[in-house]
Amino acid sequence: MIRIDRRRLLKLSGAGAVAAGTGGLAGILASGRAPAYAQGTSVHWLRWSDFVPASDQLLRTKILPEGEKALGLKLNFEMVNANDIQARVTSAIQSGSGPDIILALNNWPQLYTESLADVSDVADEIGKSQGGFYDISKAVATVGGKWVGVPWATGGGLVTYRKSWFEEIGYSGGKFPDTWDALRDAGKKLKAKGRPLGQTLGHTFGDAPGFWYPYLWSWGGKEVEADGKTVALNSQAAIDSVKYAVPFWKEAFDEGGLAWDDSSNNRAFLSGSIGATNNGASIYLEAKKKPDSYLTDKGTPMWQDILHAPLPKGAGGQFNLPGSFTNMLMGYSKNQKPAKDFLRWVSSKPVFEQWFTSQQGYTDGATRYWEEDPVWGKDPVLLPFRDIPNKGRLMGYAGPPGRASAEAQTKYIIVDMYAKAVQGMPAEDAVKWAHGELVKIYS
Amino acid sequence: MTFTTIAAPGTYTGAPRRGPITRLLEDERWLALTLLLPTIMLLGLFIAYPFVEGVRLAVTDTKVGVPGKFVGLENFQKIWSDSIFHVAVWNTCVYTAVATVFKLALGLWLAVLLNRHFKGKAITRAFILLPFIIPTVLSTLAWKWMFDPTFSVINWTLFQLGLIKARINWLGDPNLALISVIIVNIWRGVPFYAITLLAGLQTISPELHEAAAIDGARAWQRFRHVTWPLLLPVTLVVTLFSVIQTFADFQLVYVLTGGGPANATQLFATYAYQIGIGTGLLSEGATISLAVFPVLLLVVIVQLLYIRNVETH
Repeated sequence: MIRIDRRRLLKLSGAGAVAAGTGGLAGILASGRAPAYAQGTSVHWLRWSDFVPASDQLLRTKILPEGEKALGLKLNFEMVNANDIQARVTSAIQSGSGPDIILALNNWPQLYTESLADVSDVADEIGKSQGGFYDISKAVATVGGKWVGVPWATGGGLVTYRKSWFEEIGYSGGKFPDTWDALRDAGKKLKAKGRPLGQTLGHTFGDAPGFWYPYLWSWGGKEVEADGKTVALNSQAAIDSVKYAVPFWKEAFDEGGLAWDDSSNNRAFLSGSIGATNNGASIYLEAKKKPDSYLTDKGTPMWQDILHAPLPKGAGGQFNLPGSFTNMLMGYSKNQKPAKDFLRWVSSKPVFEQWFTSQQGYTDGATRYWEEDPVWGKDPVLLPFRDIPNKGRLMGYAGPPGRASAEAQTKYIIVDMYAKAVQGMPAEDAVKWAHGELVKIYS
Repeated sequence: MTFTTIAAPGTYTGAPRRGPITRLLEDERWLALTLLLPTIMLLGLFIAYPFVEGVRLAVTDTKVGVPGKFVGLENFQKIWSDSIFHVAVWNTCVYTAVATVFKLALGLWLAVLLNRHFKGKAITRAFILLPFIIPTVLSTLAWKWMFDPTFSVINWTLFQLGLIKARINWLGDPNLALISVIIVNIWRGVPFYAITLLAGLQTISPELHEAAAIDGARAWQRFRHVTWPLLLPVTLVVTLFSVIQTFADFQLVYVLTGGGPANATQLFATYAYQIGIGTGLLSEGATISLAVFPVLLLVVIVQLLYIRNVETH
C-alpha cells in the first residue's frame, strides 16, 4: 500500500487545486492529477440525439469515461430529440436547475443570453489554439464581445443527389446544375421520370430554413438591413424569388414536400422516390452504413450513386445556411469551474478529434483548424461539406442573429412566404405579408 | 349529593378530556374546512397557482431568464394584430366544432350499438377503448405514416381500389391538412364518448323502452322520446369535457404537422408553444394560452346552465 504522509498529501491536493483554479487544461495535464473537486462533483451535459449515432456512442463509451478520469468528475450525459431541447432549456432556466451545459442549435444562445455564464476565457483559449472560430460560430455565441457559449461544431446542408439520374439528363461526370434555371430544367425532366427534386415547405426546424433562406439570399433578398432593425424583405428580389418558386415547385419538386419534416426527405431519397434534396450528409452516411438495404434500381449499393453539391447560385450569389452547435454553460449551474474545465477538455484537439472523426464529415469544426483534418481525405463524396462555414449566412441577415431573427424563424415567416405563394397567394401579397410580420417582430 | 351516589367509586372517571383540536372539530364549519383542506391545497397548487402565474405572465414582458415588468394589456394588443393568431383562433374553432359534432354523433351511434346484447360484447367494448388508451404521440406517429405524402397506406389502398389516380397530399394541402388532423382527433375521441354514453344508456331502465314499445313507439321514436331525453345530462357533461380538451389540443397537431403548412393547422396551444418555448417570449405565449380562457369560460357557463335547466325539468 502506498503511504502518503501529510506533506505529500498537501503537495498533491495543492497541485490539483491550483490546476483547477488557474491553469485550466494545461495545468491539469502538467500536474498529472485530476483537479481536487469535492467528492461527487458532477457535470451534466445535455445534447441532441446526433444524426450520426456512432458519435453519441463514442461519447458515451469512450470519451466521457476518459474525461471522468482526467478531470476527476462524474460526467452525466443526456441526449434528447433536437425539437425537445428548447423546452428543457426553458424549464431549466425558469426553475434555476438542470443540466450544467446544454448544446444549443442554430442561434438559440441569442435567446438565452441573460441566463448564460460568461465563457470568454474558455472560448478565447480554444479559438487561439485552433486557428480561430468561423465568423458564423462567433456571431451566434457572442453578445457585445462576450462569449455566452463555446462553439462546438458547424453543420449544414448540401444537395444530395443521384449521380446516374442526373447523368441520364445530360449532367455527365457527376456534375450538378449550378443555376436555378438549370436546376429547374433538370427537375422538370426528372419529375417526368418520377424522380422529382424533394424539399420541405413545412414547419420543421432544419431542412425548411436550410433551403429557403439561402434561396432567398441567392436572389438578393434579405430580411433586414445591417442595422438589424430596418426590415428589408419587401424588395423586387424577394418578389422575383417567390414568383419563380411557384412554377419551380410545381414543375420540379415533389409537392408532398409541403408536409415534410426533417426526416421525410431522407426516407424519400433512400426509397428512390426523389432524385435530389438539400440535406446534411446523413442520407449518404445511412446508405453507406447499410449497403445491402439501400439499392439503386440496378441493384447496386445506393451510396455509390450519391454525390453532394452546393445549392445553385442566383443573381445575389450562392449561399447556404450553416447550423451552429454551441455549448452553453448555464448561469444557474453551481459547478461553473468544473463545467468550464470539462468544456476546455472536451473541446481540446486530442479529445475533439476523436468525436470529429466519428462524424465522418457530417459536421465541420467550429474553428478553421479542422479544415485540415485527415477526415476530409477519407471520402471525397463528403469533401464538399468542408466548405460550408465559409459560404454560410445566418438567419436574420443582414443583421445579427439575435432574438428577432430567432422569432422570425420560429414563426416560419420566410418558409411560409413561399408556402403561401405555392398554395395560391400572389407573390406580391406573400412578400407583403411576410414583410409585415417581420416588421412586428423587429419593432 | 345524588350525583356522587349514582356513580360507583373507581368506575366513573367523568367525560374524557377533550383537546382543543377535538373541541374545534366538533364545530361542523371547522370540520368541513379541515376535510376540504387537502383538496383545496391540491387545487391551489395545480390549478389556481398555474392560472394566476399565467395571468401574471400575460401582463408582463417576461422572457426566458428575464423577469419582466408590468406592461398591462400590451401583449393582448400585440396578439390581436397578429395574423397568425387570427388563423390559430379560426383553426381552433373549426377544429373543435367539427371534431365535437362528429365525435358526439359517432360516439352515440357506437354506444347504442354496444348497448345491445351480442357475442363477444365485452371484448368489443375493450377494443373500442384502444385509441383512447394508446399514448397519443404514439398513435399520432402511426397516423403520420398513414398520411405520409410518399408512403401513405391510405393513398396506396385508394389507388389499388381504383378510387384515385393521383396521390392525395393529406398533410400538404392546407384544407386537407386541417381535415386530416380533425380525422385523427375524432378517431382518438370517439371511444371516450362511446364508453361514457354507454354507461349513461345502461342507467336507463329497459322497462321504459318496453312500455314505449307496447304503446306502439318505433325504434327511432323510442330513441327520440325515451333514450335521448334521459341521456341528455350525461351527453352534455361529456361534450363539455370534450370541448375543453379539444380546444386545448396540442400533441396531435404538434406531431402531425407542427402547425404547418403555412399555419394551416396552427391551434392555440401549438402557437403558444411556438412563441413561449421556441422564441422564449413567455409572456406572449401565456397571453395566447390565456386568450382561450374567456371562450372556454363562456362555453362552460352556457353548458352548465343548460345542464341545470335540463336536470330541474
